[in-house]
Amino acid sequence: MKWWRRGGWLLALLVVVALGWRYFGRTVQPVSSPAQRETDAAALHDPALIARGEYLATVGDCAACHTARDGQRYAGGRSLGTPFGDVPAPNITPDPDTGIGAWSFDDFWRALHEGKGRQGELLYPVFSYTSFTKVSRDDALAIFAYLKSLPPVHRPDTELGLGFPYNVRSSLVAWRALYFKPGVFQPDPAQSEQWNRGAYLVQGLGHCNECHTTRDSLGGIEQGRHLTGGQIPQLDWYAPDLSTRPGGGLAGWNAQDIVDLLKTGQSAKGVAFGPMADVVRLSTQHMTDADLQAVAVYLQSLPPRAQPAPAPFRRAASHEQGGKLYAQRCADCHGADGRGVAGVYPPLDGNTSVTEPTGINAIRSVLLGGFAPTTAGNPKPYSMPPFAQQLNDADVAAVVGYIRQSWSNQAGAVQPADVGRYRHTPID
Amino acid sequence: MIRLDSWRRRLPGQVLRVALALVALGACGAAVAQAGAAPPAPDTMQQRVAACTSCHGAHGEGSPDSVAIPRLAGKPAGYLIQQLEYFQTGQRRHAPMEYVVRQLSPAYLREIAGYFAKQDVPYRKLPVPAVSVETLRRGEQLVMRGDSTRGVPSCVSCHGGKLTGVEPMMPGLMGLSYDYLSTQLVSWRTRQRAAEGPYCMGVVANRMRESDITAVSAWLASREPPADMHPEPASAQTEPLPGWCVMGKSGAGQ
Repeated sequence: MKWWRRGGWLLALLVVVALGWRYFGRTVQPVSSPAQRETDAAALHDPALIARGEYLATVGDCAACHTARDGQRYAGGRSLGTPFGDVPAPNITPDPDTGIGAWSFDDFWRALHEGKGRQGELLYPVFSYTSFTKVSRDDALAIFAYLKSLPPVHRPDTELGLGFPYNVRSSLVAWRALYFKPGVFQPDPAQSEQWNRGAYLVQGLGHCNECHTTRDSLGGIEQGRHLTGGQIPQLDWYAPDLSTRPGGGLAGWNAQDIVDLLKTGQSAKGVAFGPMADVVRLSTQHMTDADLQAVAVYLQSLPPRAQPAPAPFRRAASHEQGGKLYAQRCADCHGADGRGVAGVYPPLDGNTSVTEPTGINAIRSVLLGGFAPTTAGNPKPYSMPPFAQQLNDADVAAVVGYIRQSWSNQAGAVQPADVGRYRHTPID
Repeated sequence: MIRLDSWRRRLPGQVLRVALALVALGACGAAVAQAGAAPPAPDTMQQRVAACTSCHGAHGEGSPDSVAIPRLAGKPAGYLIQQLEYFQTGQRRHAPMEYVVRQLSPAYLREIAGYFAKQDVPYRKLPVPAVSVETLRRGEQLVMRGDSTRGVPSCVSCHGGKLTGVEPMMPGLMGLSYDYLSTQLVSWRTRQRAAEGPYCMGVVANRMRESDITAVSAWLASREPPADMHPEPASAQTEPLPGWCVMGKSGAGQ
């Protein structure tokens, strides 16, 4: 790299830091009136508000990030991997020293709505305030009341795992200018109440777009790519496009399919696995039927996606070998016709997780197998064998290529080297 | 479209053969609709736990292909529940297991553990490693009597007089392969396996020499398993655990 280019970056960064210091170094001002603050504080002990907050915190799946694997709920400590380094989730139990015990609702609102910490410091967007900013003030108050009602856990925050320049918080000024627009969800009067509820849940509290879209090299979400699917950084799974219209990742899914998957982990069209299995088990299975229906209505309104011109379709050279492996290892459950067994084994024909652009989901499902999420609606799920120890990279590539290019599926083949890359299992 | 394209690419002879096959199938009437469809899934635990049995055997008898994958059949249910929970929390590390157990509820996890604990299938002969007579003698000494000079208790003092385990938590050591046993002892030393207090096994494994791990694993693997492989009842554990055993995780490395 030429010296002046590096120097230019450094200069730009210094300018950003200086501006950030000037802009955000000021004292934090309260965002509500003294009378409002008193009302908020009094409401925090209302059992009905706390109960509503518990439901909303579940819909937001707060515990998934704010709980370490063998740690206490909401006490933080889970290390969240990003391409820029690891960010540990903080303790959000009401411990006065290490949690949010000393926080006012204003502090909480500022974090959720503006992405700023208690001292006005800019928060890293791994905390999805890009979505949470849409949450209403009433819902935020309920969530805060619930968090304040939890037993306090003393657990000091883990150190930030970010290197220079990402550890300079004021560098986020530039990031926020590019990718963050604070603002509570504004209902669309042209749409039904149910649609607006679904949009609010999907875009705001549910923060679906944080995974189901493509991020650019700065970790930001480009405009106009809302819910169009993308590879999840660090986790190495592909979160599919969520449009149910032609060309969409969920093309052909009806409202019941969407509700079933979110409620039970399983639908006639597919099964939740990887990170989505966690989401179903911890969050969406607990949502009310009305909210799930609203989500389905909203997702069904997403526009059709442009379909790329069909490339000349050529089957991989390993197709025949893949077919033999499929007959031996897969057909007993998924059927030679790739249609699965209704309610038990997912179809592979027309399954978006099989045909998604990268092939990661099919590769990793073959390697890892596993159980569908255990839910109230599916308390004893069936499972898939992990083949990581039985099949080599070439075999996995052949069988994945076969299912991606059989029946109505016309996705690209995968290479043995791709299999090798995803042979690890990230476990936090 | 794709189907048409692929038909066009096929040789005429193949098309004829497929056409004949279709006519033949057509004669079977309703059966045609089912051709290629998967059979209905049996409503059994064995079918549900395919993710387990593909490696551990249809009845948890262990893998015929890999001596490093342990038998689950007949192990005390309490022990199996605890190990599955440890894989969930990360106290026991093995990436494929950690992924497979991730989505299990506590109730389903218990049911799966109970299923394998109930299985009663014969033991199979495992390969015996080629080690010296002295090594085997050292192994027998450690298993049956321990080594007081190193503070290593005998295996039989906790794992049952016949080494078939003790209900409800203590696993048996018979019928396990050399590879599995030695890997586990190393895992205890490196904290790939851990336990809530008492952290006995971690302490014991750290007091053993590397050659002791070889000796113990080789002697145990070379023994013919007894006819009755069931774990002994809890009442069989008459000796209290050694006092130093109850020292929790902080006792590691002593």
